[in-house]
Amino acid sequence: MAVAYRQVKFYQTGSFAVGGRLLDTPERTVQSGMTRTNALTLGHRACQGCGEALGARYVLDAAMHATGNKVIAANATGCLEVFTTPYPETSWQVPWLHSVFGNAAAVGSGIAAALRAKGRTDIRVVAQAGDGGTVDIGIGCLSGMFERNDDVLFVCYDNEAYMNTGVQRSGSTPPAARTATTEAVGDEPGNPWGQGKDMPRIAMAHEIPYVATATVAELHDLEYKVEKAMEYRGARYIHILVPCPLGWGSEPADTIRLARLAKETGIFPVFEAEKGEVIAASKIRSKVPVEDYLSLQRRYAHLFKPARRDDVIGAIQDSADRNIRRFGLLGEV
Amino acid sequence: MMERPFAITLEVGSSRANKTGSWRTQRPVYVDRLPPCNDACPAGENIQGWLYRAEEGDYEGAWRVLMEDNPMPAVMGRVCYHNCETACNRANLDEAVGINAVERFLGDRALTSGWRVGVDRPGRAGRVLVIGAGPSGLSAAYHLRRRGHAVTIYEASTASGGMMRFGIPAYRLPRNVLDGEIQRIVDMGVEIEFGHKVRDLMIEMEGGGYDAVYLATGAEIARNAYIPAGDSARILDALSLLRSAEGMTYPQLGRSVVVYGGGNTAMDAARTAKRLGASEAIVVYRRTRDRMPAHDLEVEEALEEGIKMRWLSTIKKADAEKLLLEKMELDATGFPQPTGEFEELEADCVVLAVGEEADLSLLQNVPGLDMSGGIVHVDSTMMTSYPGLFAGGDISQAERTVTAAIGNGKKAARHIDLWLKSGGMQAGLPGDPSDKGYHQAPSGERHRIAGWGDLNTWYYSDAPATVRLKLDMVRRQSTFDEVVLGLDENNALFEARRCLSCGNCFECDNCYGVCPDNAVVKLGPGMRYEFDYDYCKGCGICASECPCGAIEMVLEET
Ligand SMILES: Cc1cc2nc3c(=O)[nH]c(=O)nc-3n(C[C@H](O)[C@H](O)[C@H](O)COP(=O)(O)OP(=O)(O)OC[C@H]3O[C@@H](n4cnc5c(N)ncnc54)[C@H](O)[C@@H]3O)c2cc1C
Ligand SMILES: Cc1ncc(C[n+]2csc(CCOP(=O)(O)OP(=O)(O)O)c2C)c(N)n1
Ligand code: SF4
Ligand code: SF4
Ligand code: SF4
Ligand code: SF4
Ligand SMILES: [Mg+2]
Repeated sequence: MAVAYRQVKFYQTGSFAVGGRLLDTPERTVQSGMTRTNALTLGHRACQGCGEALGARYVLDAAMHATGNKVIAANATGCLEVFTTPYPETSWQVPWLHSVFGNAAAVGSGIAAALRAKGRTDIRVVAQAGDGGTVDIGIGCLSGMFERNDDVLFVCYDNEAYMNTGVQRSGSTPPAARTATTEAVGDEPGNPWGQGKDMPRIAMAHEIPYVATATVAELHDLEYKVEKAMEYRGARYIHILVPCPLGWGSEPADTIRLARLAKETGIFPVFEAEKGEVIAASKIRSKVPVEDYLSLQRRYAHLFKPARRDDVIGAIQDSADRNIRRFGLLGEV
Repeated sequence: MMERPFAITLEVGSSRANKTGSWRTQRPVYVDRLPPCNDACPAGENIQGWLYRAEEGDYEGAWRVLMEDNPMPAVMGRVCYHNCETACNRANLDEAVGINAVERFLGDRALTSGWRVGVDRPGRAGRVLVIGAGPSGLSAAYHLRRRGHAVTIYEASTASGGMMRFGIPAYRLPRNVLDGEIQRIVDMGVEIEFGHKVRDLMIEMEGGGYDAVYLATGAEIARNAYIPAGDSARILDALSLLRSAEGMTYPQLGRSVVVYGGGNTAMDAARTAKRLGASEAIVVYRRTRDRMPAHDLEVEEALEEGIKMRWLSTIKKADAEKLLLEKMELDATGFPQPTGEFEELEADCVVLAVGEEADLSLLQNVPGLDMSGGIVHVDSTMMTSYPGLFAGGDISQAERTVTAAIGNGKKAARHIDLWLKSGGMQAGLPGDPSDKGYHQAPSGERHRIAGWGDLNTWYYSDAPATVRLKLDMVRRQSTFDEVVLGLDENNALFEARRCLSCGNCFECDNCYGVCPDNAVVKLGPGMRYEFDYDYCKGCGICASECPCGAIEMVLEET
């Protein structure tokens, strides 16, 4: 499988830093530019170190860059909507529509239909939601949008629970994680084991033109995927892991580190797919055990104290290893 | 009142009204930390600083930063034992940055391009006498000239360079390079009186009308080792062997040469003997290889050239054509003890390389000097206990290298300058941080070192060190051509760019990119960044994700 994006073999900072004075401009990220849109401006009320605030700016700035600043965004209820738009303030510096919790995909479809009716093929639509608004209440509208192949890029900011309403579990909450509704009690503490909803693969099953996953830790890869998605017409889906210090019980300073560890452990596979087939996966650069990831988060504290739960940690390791096999995550970077 | 849509009572506003900076309990601040390479350089070079320019391909700018501290980069890039590379953080990642190789590239570039430096502060003249035109004397002269002082050097021999010329062989330091860098210093207006051997310093100081003196006469007396020898045994010392090789009057060595000693001088003597026609050169040393004072690299190169080594052996007796060796063993403290086992070794000649000593006889009439241990003791400003007499280089210290000698010369020049400025009242503060070539913290304190733990190495991609080519073995053994070849522009640039820029922002844009609150302001190329404390929430992501440790989180005062 190919590498997801062209890595610049650059000696001081490789493809990993945001920019760099020694890189040619096209090899720098959109975020490194002094004229980036800053789709989300100063003064938003996200928690310290919020991965979702960061991910949303990354995505929309890249989409603006790719389209010559012609983007309309639709937004489901969730943290991203609440911390950016307490009436009458807004942090958005792009045309932006609020929707309800479950219908961001339908609103996106509607905007796309209106633009088509007006013959405005130049303006592009991005619909966005948290994991709850995507995999749970929003899945019906989203599946419809996929099925009709509406010309919308749908982005899920996955922080693995309903954060805005106080950290309740969602269909995207990982096994064993503690949330307000899956307390760390009993023999099988935390979120029960099951398959959860693997939304990227559900999207792939719709055989839409483009599906990708990304994290806030690898900006070049994330921007590459957003810009690539804007090259397609039809339904596209990007699923982005955005650590949440509040819900995960992690240090605000560790947000990017955690996203990086999620990928390096194999817990969160980073790949892209066209028409239902995986075309590339980001290799793990230096594999680390899942424990390195889990132990930085209080939502997994019960796996280490009062007694160490090697059975549970082992089961999480097994599922990471399954991802590594399934997506071929090891090998030459 | 403006017309508003139905049910809308307030004007749309921006979230900028919400100064989220008030949430903060800790704040990020940009810092410059001391890179470990700079800290380790005996000449106090600002290595990270000149590599930074070289990374951009600005070789002249890089060379000028380098020249602030060291006037002889081309020499340095050949003979320095590069402590900097031993300290380099990159070694933990793959291999140390080839600092020394890049330094040489810059030094050579400067010589072929004719780059020069001028006097920074003309017209503040004091008159300073320097004794000895070795690296330390030349370095002091250079730094004093840059500060506008008139400098005269008294040099006993007929050529300048000291041990760089009469010790270090030409295959390691080609003489056109040495001459080029010395000439550049002389051209700044340094007077050298050749053939002027100072025999009584007191007389010169009293008669010369100088405001201060820098003593840098080195350590040039070859130490002796007592070996019972037959009449026809040939024994000479390494320094005279090397000196005569320089003079092109090659001594008769015979077929098989034994060099006695384990230091760098021994390695140079053995390699030189081979080049002068000896078919066999054997180093005899009383301890083991790992205890040899010679640098690993030099031992390595000697072995590659076919020099043989006899560890754990002493010479008991020398006769014409053969030696009697005694085997040694190390005791518990690592000291070699005789075993009573003997063996013979064929040898036409023995070269002694058992160390050098300083000739202190010229100081006999200077009152009150501390010369215990055979060296001239100085304080932290490089001044001896005799006011106005400064000393440095081999004569004053145990670390006998060209680099340390150059560093001493620089430091002495700074303090002589301060001393003259204060009318001979006081030298610089002891341990003054600007003795080293790094930016000074506003508080005047030394910056904290940027250790491995301060870096976020995820961001550095793997890139192995460029290895300097070595001259083809055969050519190397019979000529004095240079052994280690230089980098070309391509690999010098590559090598410079391997630098992690420890502790000093290199404008990677990470902090600007990763802030979830847009609270980092990018000021534009070369101008770095600023925090917008009105909005920074103090999450610390920027500090965690700065590759080189140039951001520190400090607690807010409440
Ligand atoms: C064989 C050999 C190899 C070496 N290789 C290396 C190496 O690879 N790398 C390294 O870093 N170091 C090396 N060194 C050590 C290094 O050469 C010395 O540490 C360094 O040269 C000391 O510099 P200096 O200026 O103090 O003294 P010197 O270089 O010894 O210079 C002293 C100068 O003072 C002059 N002088 C002496 N007495 C008087 C007097 N009374 N009046 C006037 N002038 C006088 C001398 O003629 C000489 O020019 C080597 C040394 C030797 C012997
Ligand atoms: C129909 C409906 N049910 C419940 C809610 C309350 N609600 C608002 S946001 C939210 C959870 C959001 O979770 P997610 O989509 O994962 O976004 P996050 O806040 O985690 O970013 C809920 C339950 C609602 N607004 N509408
Ligand atoms: S709860 Fe989580 S997702 Fe919501 S604003 Fe805070 S950090 Fe961001
Ligand atoms: S990586 Fe660069 S700054 Fe850091 S120690 Fe090595 S040479 Fe110095
Ligand atoms: S990342 Fe932004 S908000 Fe966080 S500490 Fe740095 S400047 Fe402040
Ligand atoms: S993150 Fe990059 S740009 Fe920011 S201070 Fe560190 S080195 Fe400089
Ligand atoms: Mg969520």
